[in-house]
Amino acid sequence: MCRNRKKIRRESKAPSGKKRLTRLLEFTLNGRDRTDAVADNVLLLDFLREKLGLTGTKTGCDGGECGACTVLIDDKPALSCLTLAATVQGKRIETIESLGTDGQLSAVQRGFHEKLGSQCGYCTPGFIMASAGLLRRNPNPSEEEIREALGSNICRCTGYVKIIEAVKYAAALHARGVAP
Amino acid sequence: MNRPLPAHNIGNYVPMIDGPDKVSGRAKYTADILALGQLAGRIYRSPYAHAEIIEVDVSQAHELPGVRAIVTGADCDKTFGVLPIARSEHPLARDRVRYRGEPVAAVAAVDDATAREAIRRIKLKVRELPAYFTAKDALAPGAMRLHGKKPNNIERDVLFELGSTMDGFAQADLVREATYNCAEVCQNQMEMHAAIAEYDAVRERITVHASTQVPYYVHLMLSQILGMEMSRIRVIKPHVGGGFGCRTEALNIELIAALLAREAKGTVRIVTSREETFITHRGRPETDIKLKIGMRKDGRITAVECECDQRGGAHSGYGVVTILYAGSMLYAIYDLHNVKYVGRRVLTNTPPCGAFRGHGTVDIRFAFESLLDQMASELGLDPFAVRRANLLSSPTFTDNDLMVNSYGLPECLDWVERESGWKQRKGKLDKGKGLGMACSHYISGASKPVNWTGEPHATVKIKLDFDGSIVVLSGAADIGQGSTTILAQTVAEVLGLDLSRVRVVTGDSEVVPKDNGSYSSRVTFMVGNAALDAARNLKAVLVNAAARKLEARSEDIECLGEVYRAGAQDKGATFDEVVMEALKDSGTITVSGNYSTIPESYGGKKYRGAAIGGTMGYSYSAQVVEVTVDEETGVVTADKVWVAHDCGKALNRLTVEGQVQGSVWMGLGQAMSEEAGYHDGLMVTGNMLDYRIPTIQDSPPIEVGIVESNDPHGPFGAKEAGEGSLAAFLPALTNAIADAIGIRFDDLPVTPDRVFEAIEKRKRVLEKGA
Repeated sequence: MCRNRKKIRRESKAPSGKKRLTRLLEFTLNGRDRTDAVADNVLLLDFLREKLGLTGTKTGCDGGECGACTVLIDDKPALSCLTLAATVQGKRIETIESLGTDGQLSAVQRGFHEKLGSQCGYCTPGFIMASAGLLRRNPNPSEEEIREALGSNICRCTGYVKIIEAVKYAAALHARGVAP
Repeated sequence: MNRPLPAHNIGNYVPMIDGPDKVSGRAKYTADILALGQLAGRIYRSPYAHAEIIEVDVSQAHELPGVRAIVTGADCDKTFGVLPIARSEHPLARDRVRYRGEPVAAVAAVDDATAREAIRRIKLKVRELPAYFTAKDALAPGAMRLHGKKPNNIERDVLFELGSTMDGFAQADLVREATYNCAEVCQNQMEMHAAIAEYDAVRERITVHASTQVPYYVHLMLSQILGMEMSRIRVIKPHVGGGFGCRTEALNIELIAALLAREAKGTVRIVTSREETFITHRGRPETDIKLKIGMRKDGRITAVECECDQRGGAHSGYGVVTILYAGSMLYAIYDLHNVKYVGRRVLTNTPPCGAFRGHGTVDIRFAFESLLDQMASELGLDPFAVRRANLLSSPTFTDNDLMVNSYGLPECLDWVERESGWKQRKGKLDKGKGLGMACSHYISGASKPVNWTGEPHATVKIKLDFDGSIVVLSGAADIGQGSTTILAQTVAEVLGLDLSRVRVVTGDSEVVPKDNGSYSSRVTFMVGNAALDAARNLKAVLVNAAARKLEARSEDIECLGEVYRAGAQDKGATFDEVVMEALKDSGTITVSGNYSTIPESYGGKKYRGAAIGGTMGYSYSAQVVEVTVDEETGVVTADKVWVAHDCGKALNRLTVEGQVQGSVWMGLGQAMSEEAGYHDGLMVTGNMLDYRIPTIQDSPPIEVGIVESNDPHGPFGAKEAGEGSLAAFLPALTNAIADAIGIRFDDLPVTPDRVFEAIEKRKRVLEKGA
């Protein structure tokens, strides 16, 4: 992957008159290698949503406050709203759209669905990606570890009670062989 | 053939039918609807709190390449507002701006960067006016009027006295008075406001996607603001990321998007920032309460006097209703007589407040339950005993003519008392720990909608066609509370079919029947009843068809869901066969179901506005909260909550639990950390760090007990579950803190600095005394 690291840059002008750079970005998105032209100042969140149409990842705040935009970068949960797209060169990005693609919901998705860890659903993709990241590094987390791992994700509907149940249930499903 | 047993869909733990869309990222919210050629919309907002507009200069913005449309207040002289009596708000300010952040102009451009740059080029010339940021300042003699027709900046005052408080207080053994202050709080739902308006210039039609709880009210206001016939407007509500009341009226966002789209003759998408979502507001007003209660030695309340001032913000919104609820909902939870209420809704130069979850009832309930607790303690009574001394006996009508038919509060009290171990543990916990309790209640939908037209309160259609799938058409707005699932369950239950047979289509004015929307916890009760009616009508059609097919009498037909038969020995006909038989008559079957509230539930006429509070059924809640107070730091931790909620009948135990936990937790946020702060009218807490929402780390386990009082009018006996449990948390928490450290907090939120200060103050007083 990403053998061709040749950087191609091009200058253009923003409406304010300021100069803007565009470069070729090579990375892996949801298991597929791709190459895209991205402006230097574009956030990964906006790139995923507005340019690629992957709107499962949500915008919930003005930057780093809520966790709704959480994606996995090289298996680790990260806020795509605080990540410049240009910085994921050569990295592996996974969004909510990557889960449950084999015709079944993943363990974490089932947890959030069946245990009502999701009500309005808006924070859900962020919570699910953060939880999936947790289960990858710690397949059997304690309640305290769940709380710690999800501490920077805000949900306004559930009071978090059923989110904790959802993640516990997902861990149990994962232990029985369901993909996280 | 399926085993001939009807499927049961009511009373279980049923995951939401739209859950798979949400957990896979497929659910589309307004901001997710992208299309080629969409223009980006941006709003220019007033940097002044109160000013006369001299000029809005957009000439430099117009010159920017890529700008397709600019609108200002000059482009729309119409006003909007949810209450027909209080439509004072322009989508874009004209003549005057009344709060910092009020929309003044808006731009549509080829991309967001261009729109932002255009906004930077707009120049606003004004003459500044005196601005008032507190109710007290706005009410002061000589203060300038925010709105010409509102003397003393009072949007609405309410006064009633039912019975005689003088007589009541004379019968009391103990009379106590206290003042309370509850900070302004915001819904802050996770999805920021967004709207997409698509104007079809050739046919002069418009389609608006809006993140709203009330597509019908948005439809009405679009028509009013655009001056377009309603038949030319289509409103679509995609998935909505929560509401909690801030979307129970048309917001300026969707109206501005529509004005821009028409001007640009194209499609405009506005996605607001989190800060703009905060400023659009419609939260719970800062409230000052003075409360006086008279009580006999046995805990019986003899009189209540309550004064309530709400800082409503710059426009009415739901304000008139909010100040009325605060008074009327003193009733319908306890048996009260001799009650006086004086309420004032005040206009101030802050963003407009609205109908936050528990509309109008929450801050008053905090004051009431706090004072009850304080008086119980003075009289040496158990807080539970005081509540039990004042229970209603249902069915009954309150002094302000509210109809109470089902009343599960006694069972709620029993449940939380037992489960929390109250009797064994109260007063015996370790130092710094405490237990507190309180109660609350809420309506299951206002009996009279704000827009009274004489139609049934709710209408649901069901379509059944050759494929045997049941399609429920409803305008009810699912905003995450699960109303779509409840409607599917209701219809499936009546027909005895598996839930998978039922699909629910909502949220498109072109397809679904009109609905008043998701507010005041009306949907399960009102729309649920309409769905019940529709499903029964459909069943009657199918039973008649089955009778024909089986050559039996209709009254002998037994509906077993997938099988219809005439008697136990009959092999019967399958559902699909019955459907085909029914289609022979009419082709595609559509049936309708309606629900209308009964006049007895309309509330009274004893004072102006007494209809507010009238509902078909009240939910009840009791809570016990256990806290730990760190006396060194002032940090309060809610360790555990036990909550019992009387929802009449839990149609879906999973979603009832979720709703109750969510409301308790939202009460926790208001009680412990949330507060909208302003500096000279500028909201300085317009983000989720300064506006402190509890995280998963701050949030306690919440154990839910479901009490089923089986309301005689509710669908299968159900009442509301999504709001009534919010209010009780606030006083239960402060009562628990009082139990833990002996200090009573009458001002919210109870932040660590406030607690620390109070503990230090007490130390100083004790040292002085020594």
